[in-house]
Amino acid sequence: MTDLTQTPAAIPTPTPAPRKGSLMVADKATIRRNRAEARFKAYGIGAICIALIALVFLLFTVIRDGAGAFQQTYVSIPVTLSADVVDPKGNRDPAEMAKVLTMSYGKLMDAALTDWMAANAVQIEGLSQADIKGFFSGQASAELRNMVLADPALVGQQVDATVLASSRVDGMFKGRVTDESAARDAKTSSQQIALARAMEEKGALVTRFNSDFITNPDASDNRPEAAGIGVAMLGSLYMMLIVLVLALPIGVAASIYLEEFAPKNRWTDLIEVNISNLAAVPSIVFGILGLAAFINFMGLPRSAPIVGGLVLTLMTLPTIIISTRAALKAVPPSIRDAALGVGASRMQTVFHHVLPLAMPGILTGTIIGLAQALGETAPLLLIGMVAFVSTYPSAPPEGLMDPASALPVQVYNWATRADPAFFERSSGAIIVLLIFLLCMNLLAIFLRRKFERRW
Amino acid sequence: MKPVKLAISSVALIAASAGVAAARDHVQVAGSSTVLPYATIVAEAFAENTGMAAPVVEGGGSSAGLKQFCEGVGENTIDVANASRPIKPAEIETCKANGVANIIEVRIGYDGIVFASDINGPDFTFTPVDWFKALGANQVVDGQVVANSTTSWNEVNPDLPAQPILAFIPGTKHGTREVFEEKVILAGCEESGAMEAFAAANGGDEDKAEELCLAIRTDGKSVDIDGDYNETLTRVDSDKNGIGIFGLAFYENNTSKLKVATMSGVVPSTESIASGEYPVSRPLFFYVKKDHFGVIPGLKEFAEFFVADEVAGPDGPLAEYGLVSDPELATVQQAVADEVTLP
Repeated sequence: MTDLTQTPAAIPTPTPAPRKGSLMVADKATIRRNRAEARFKAYGIGAICIALIALVFLLFTVIRDGAGAFQQTYVSIPVTLSADVVDPKGNRDPAEMAKVLTMSYGKLMDAALTDWMAANAVQIEGLSQADIKGFFSGQASAELRNMVLADPALVGQQVDATVLASSRVDGMFKGRVTDESAARDAKTSSQQIALARAMEEKGALVTRFNSDFITNPDASDNRPEAAGIGVAMLGSLYMMLIVLVLALPIGVAASIYLEEFAPKNRWTDLIEVNISNLAAVPSIVFGILGLAAFINFMGLPRSAPIVGGLVLTLMTLPTIIISTRAALKAVPPSIRDAALGVGASRMQTVFHHVLPLAMPGILTGTIIGLAQALGETAPLLLIGMVAFVSTYPSAPPEGLMDPASALPVQVYNWATRADPAFFERSSGAIIVLLIFLLCMNLLAIFLRRKFERRW
Repeated sequence: MKPVKLAISSVALIAASAGVAAARDHVQVAGSSTVLPYATIVAEAFAENTGMAAPVVEGGGSSAGLKQFCEGVGENTIDVANASRPIKPAEIETCKANGVANIIEVRIGYDGIVFASDINGPDFTFTPVDWFKALGANQVVDGQVVANSTTSWNEVNPDLPAQPILAFIPGTKHGTREVFEEKVILAGCEESGAMEAFAAANGGDEDKAEELCLAIRTDGKSVDIDGDYNETLTRVDSDKNGIGIFGLAFYENNTSKLKVATMSGVVPSTESIASGEYPVSRPLFFYVKKDHFGVIPGLKEFAEFFVADEVAGPDGPLAEYGLVSDPELATVQQAVADEVTLP
C-alpha cells in the first residue's frame, strides 16, 4: 500500500544521468539547434537582401531613365514674324490670320535659325535644311501662333522667343543621342549635333529644369518634348477625391454596422465572406463591371474621372472595410462596457467612444487603400482612361465628367510610343507616381504614430 | 454622424453631375494602334488651330475599335473608329443591326510594313517566298506536303545569312497581321508554287490550300507579339537573331537601333511605298458616323481637318511622322465634304 503523503525524502530520487561535459561546452544537440537557428537567420537576411537588391535595382533604373524628364533644352533666338507668312492677306484681321495653320509657322523658326547662324558666324559643313527644320519642336510653332493671334501688332516685328528644342536635340544633352547613334538616326545627324554644341557655346541653347513636365498636358507623337503629366495628375486627383468621398463613409458605415450592431447569423457570415473575397478579386474585373454598369447602363461618359473614381471606389471598399473592422475590434471591450454602464446608448457608445479610438487605424487603412487605387491601371483600360487627352478637365463637379487621364495610365501610354524620348517621360512619370505613393504611406505612418493608443 | 452626411452629399454630387453629362462637346476616337499616333497628331493640331475641344483618342486595335464603333448611335458611343484595314462586311452588318447605318469611310494614306533586325546584325534581302518557306507550317518537298523543318535563313535561301530563323510577327488581333499574311505569306505561297501543290493534294480545294498556306509554324521560330511595336523592339533587342515586323513610321523613329531589310529588292521608304514599288503596304482608314454630324460639335470639322492638304499632304505633319500620303487626297477630301457613306 502506498502512502499518498509520503515525505519527499521517501521518494526514490531518480539518479540523474551524469552530465557529460559542462555548460561551457555545448553538446551535439545544442550545436545542432544553434546551427538551425543560425541557418534560419541567414535565410531571413538573404530574403531581405534579395528584396533590397530588387528595390535598389528598380529605383536605380527608374531614376537613371527618368531623371532626364525633369530637364529640358530650350532655344532662345530672335524670330522675325514676317507678315507674308503670318498674314498673307495683309489686313491684320485676326480671323483671317487664324486660317494660317501652325505648320506654316515652322518656316519662321527655320528662317530665324538661319539668320542666327549668319549673325553669329556659325558655319557647319553639310548642314541640311531637314536638320534646321528638325531642330525645333512643333510646340514652338504653336506658341508663336498663339503669340501672334493674341497680339496682331507683333506682325513684322522681331521678338525674342524661347522655345522648345526637338526631342533629338534635347537628347544630345542627356546622353540619349550620341554622335554614333545620330549617324544612324534618320531624324538627326552629326551636323545637327555640331550646330547644337555651337549654339550652346554662344548661350542660345540652355538646358534647365522642366516645370512644363509637371504642368503640361500630354502631347502627340510628333512632340515628345512638349508632353507633360498635368492632365494625368489632375485626373488622378479627381479620382482620388471621388474614392475618398464615397469609399470612406460607405466603408466605415458598413464596418460599424457589421462590427457593432449586426446580429451574428448566417447572413452576416455570408456578407463577411463575400467582402473578404471581393478584396481578392482581380482589379480588371472591376473595370469590366464599370464598363457595363456605369457607361453602358447608366450612360456616364467614357474617359471621365467620375467613372474611374466609381470603379476604384468599388475596388477600395473591401480594403477599407477590412481595415476598419480590424481597427474597431482592437478597441478594448472595457471601453464599450464603461460607456454602456454609465447609460450611453449603443450609438452614443460607438460614435463618442469607439470610433475616435479606432480612427488612426481607419485612416491608415483608407490611405493605404487610396495608394493602391492611385497606382491601379487595369480597370481604367476598359473605361477609356487610356486615351490621348490634351485638354485639362474643368473644375469639379463639371470637370468630373470631362475626359482626363491618370498617372499610371500615362506611364503605360508613353511606354508604348515609338519615339525614345517618350520612354524617358514614362520613367519620369513613374518617379512622380512613386513620390506620391511614398508621401501617402508616410502620412499613414505619421497618423498611426500620432494618434495610436496602446492598452 | 459626419460619415453619414458625407455619404449623402456625395450621392447628391453624383446625381448633380449626371445631369451635367448631357452634352458631350469633344470627338471620341478609338481603334488601330497604327493609326493612333496620326490621330493624336491631328487631334493636337485640330485643337490648336480651330479652338474647338481636343478630340480624345484611344487605341486598342482595329477590330476592337470597330466593335465599339458598331455598338450604336448616341453620345455614349464613339464617333470615329481608326482602322489599319478596310471594314469587313460582317462588321457593316453588325453596325446596321445596331442602328449605325450611315458610315463614312475616309482613307488617310498608306503605311508600309517593314522587316527589321538588330542594327549590328547582317543585311537581309527578303522575298515573300523566303518568308513563306521560313514561317509557313506546311511546305512542299518533292510533291509531298510536309511540316516545316528549316532552322536557319540560309537553308531557306542560300543568299541569306546563316542566322537562325526567329521572327516576331504581330498577333492575330492586329490589322498588320492580316496584311503580312496576305501580302507576304500568301504571296510567297503562290509564287513558290506551294499553293498549287496544296490544292492538288486536297483535290483542287482552293480554300483548303489557302488555309494550309497561311498556317504559321508553332515550334517557336515564329513568335506572335500581341503588344505594340515597342514590345517587338524589346524582343529584337534582347535576342539579336530576331527579325521583327514594324510599321514604317515606327522604324523611322528608331533607325538608330534597327536595320531594315529589303523586300523583293526594294528598300522601304515613303517614296517607294507611294510609287507602289515596295510590295508590303496597306491603306489606313478612319470611319465616321454621319448621324453624329451636327450632334457632336466639331466632328465634321475634325474629319475634314484630318485629310486637309496641310495635315495629310506630303509636307504635312503626318508625312513627317511616317505616313505615306495618299496621291488621291483631293478625292478623299471631296468625299468627306459631300458626306459620301458606305453602301
